[in-house]
Amino acid sequence: MDDFNSESDSDYTSYWRDWFISSRGNEYFCEIDEEYLTDRFNLTGLNTEIQYYQHALDLVTDVFDFDCDDDMREAIEKSARHLYGLVHARYIVTTRGLAKMLEKFKKSDFGKCPRVICEAQPLLPMGQSDVPNTSPVKLYCARCEDLYNPKSSRHAVIDGAYFGTSFHNILFQVYPAMLPPKSQRRYEPRVFGFKVHAAAALGRWQADEREKMKDRLKDAKIETGFEEEDADEEEEELDDEDDGMEIGDGFANRAPAQA
Amino acid sequence: MSSSSQVTESWISSFCGLLGHEYFAEVSEDFIEDDFNLTGLQSQVPMYKEALEMILDVEPEEDEDEEDEEEEDDDDDELLGDERPTGYRRASDRRHLRMASDLSVIESSAELLYGLIHQRYITSRPGIQQMAEKYELQHFGTCPRVHCTSCKVLPVGLNDSPGHETVKLFCPSCLDVYTPPNSRFQTVDGAFFGTTFPSLFFMTFTDVDIGGSRSTSTGAADALLAIQQANAEAKTRNNTTPPNVTSVNGVAPHNLGPGLGPGNIYEPRIYGFRVSERARSGPRMKWLRMRPADVTELDETRRYWDEHGEDGERPDDEDMNMVDVAEGKGVSVERRKKMAGRRRRPNGLDVGGGSPMDTNEATGAVG
Ligand SMILES: [Zn+2]
Ligand SMILES: [Zn+2]
Repeated sequence: MDDFNSESDSDYTSYWRDWFISSRGNEYFCEIDEEYLTDRFNLTGLNTEIQYYQHALDLVTDVFDFDCDDDMREAIEKSARHLYGLVHARYIVTTRGLAKMLEKFKKSDFGKCPRVICEAQPLLPMGQSDVPNTSPVKLYCARCEDLYNPKSSRHAVIDGAYFGTSFHNILFQVYPAMLPPKSQRRYEPRVFGFKVHAAAALGRWQADEREKMKDRLKDAKIETGFEEEDADEEEEELDDEDDGMEIGDGFANRAPAQA
Repeated sequence: MSSSSQVTESWISSFCGLLGHEYFAEVSEDFIEDDFNLTGLQSQVPMYKEALEMILDVEPEEDEDEEDEEEEDDDDDELLGDERPTGYRRASDRRHLRMASDLSVIESSAELLYGLIHQRYITSRPGIQQMAEKYELQHFGTCPRVHCTSCKVLPVGLNDSPGHETVKLFCPSCLDVYTPPNSRFQTVDGAFFGTTFPSLFFMTFTDVDIGGSRSTSTGAADALLAIQQANAEAKTRNNTTPPNVTSVNGVAPHNLGPGLGPGNIYEPRIYGFRVSERARSGPRMKWLRMRPADVTELDETRRYWDEHGEDGERPDDEDMNMVDVAEGKGVSVERRKKMAGRRRRPNGLDVGGGSPMDTNEATGAVG
């Protein structure tokens, strides 16, 4: 694995972490550096958060040599996974962690946006809370700026706090070139070729909101970040030709001309 | 043909039973046998007649009517052969046996024809009813968007002619389209469902509550409850639609994009601070998930005349009203009455301008 090969600062194989990140269902995690894990400063506060903290840490760092029964071993194993997750949330907002997650993002390790208009934009994992055991991991699309549920049930049970609420936003602040262009295109519900009036009216209202935002940004001399705006407008004009009739409430309704 | 042959599944049910064909309804034979429903398909499907026979599991003609058969077999694709192709149902028991390659052409024509008939069938009364049953059983899955809270979706095509796009899923809660989660649907042509079906569905079944599972999941921790409560509060605070409005633009307010609007829009934060719209990586797409707090604002006809109309030109309320209100409490939706001449709110009350969605405030923003 790439992450493993890049682990040049470690002079021996990280058995536990290697096993952990290559386990089925753990594809969203990157490998935390040995160096990071052994710096106590990075683990501040976690000792009270995690049962059998020291044993768990020993296990994660491959220095575990505690003779115990299977039940105990299992409990420590569980704690080790929880510890790894909580440290992971801190690690992925460090320079090195961000770089590792960026590589995974580029390979679409976190999946692609299911929204058709996002054209398979790679996703990033995120949590809706930084508090453990609050809500499972979600996926963030930087193109539509929305959250999606992981497809696989294996991923849907991972604690969102292992990724946290900030990581995905920090990544795009640090790597703004990774920001995808935003699209103004949208799905327009139609019935027998006619736009559905209720949806079309909402779409026009939303487009007004978008234009207001773009005006605010232009006033502040900030890039809007939308792709091919000219092309979009052309498309809209072409669209307008069949635009007059809309269907809704059992009859076609003529929308008033926009003044 | 001997009568000892076991009862085989019909072509239609075996087609619908294939992996990846879970979205298809079983088109009734009555529908297919009505020529009117097949108008225009003959020119779109190669080996149309054979394909239709395959779909209906019928043998070419009445037995022993050779001449009649020959007459119709005037195209060159009909190769004669004495090799009996296996693996086919009754269609394979024809007297004019075909080579395997020929059969695969007919088979794929049959699939194309079935798909095109299916597109029409699911917008017919029996077809849409059958799809409603599949919808209720969640055969098409749920919206992947978090804020749509597992709202049930419907298959849709982005094109009505085949060969363009694979089938997608339409979510009535966010009014958006998604790629099916399983790759097995990526071989199913979207035209077999068509562009009209999902919208017609929700215009037909206006009583369906499309909201998704709004209830809080059991076992959720306090922090999540707090988030959801805050969202719910945001929703109530920002839902200023008059409670007596039963319909706007033909849709009940609670069914108009229920996954959209305040409380359903992702707010990017870094260490708890909102990311400002002015940041380069700041939010640009909130409009896509917005919805006015008072949905009667979407009644463009009235708004237009409120803004531009002179009293003389203003049409009768009956003619232009796209908002229905219930007359007093306890009036059923069926008995909804057109609201006549009632003024709603003064002009210029633009929800967008000073709404809580405005991220321009500098307070606590990271930029
Ligand atoms: Zn997206
Ligand atoms: Zn949705």
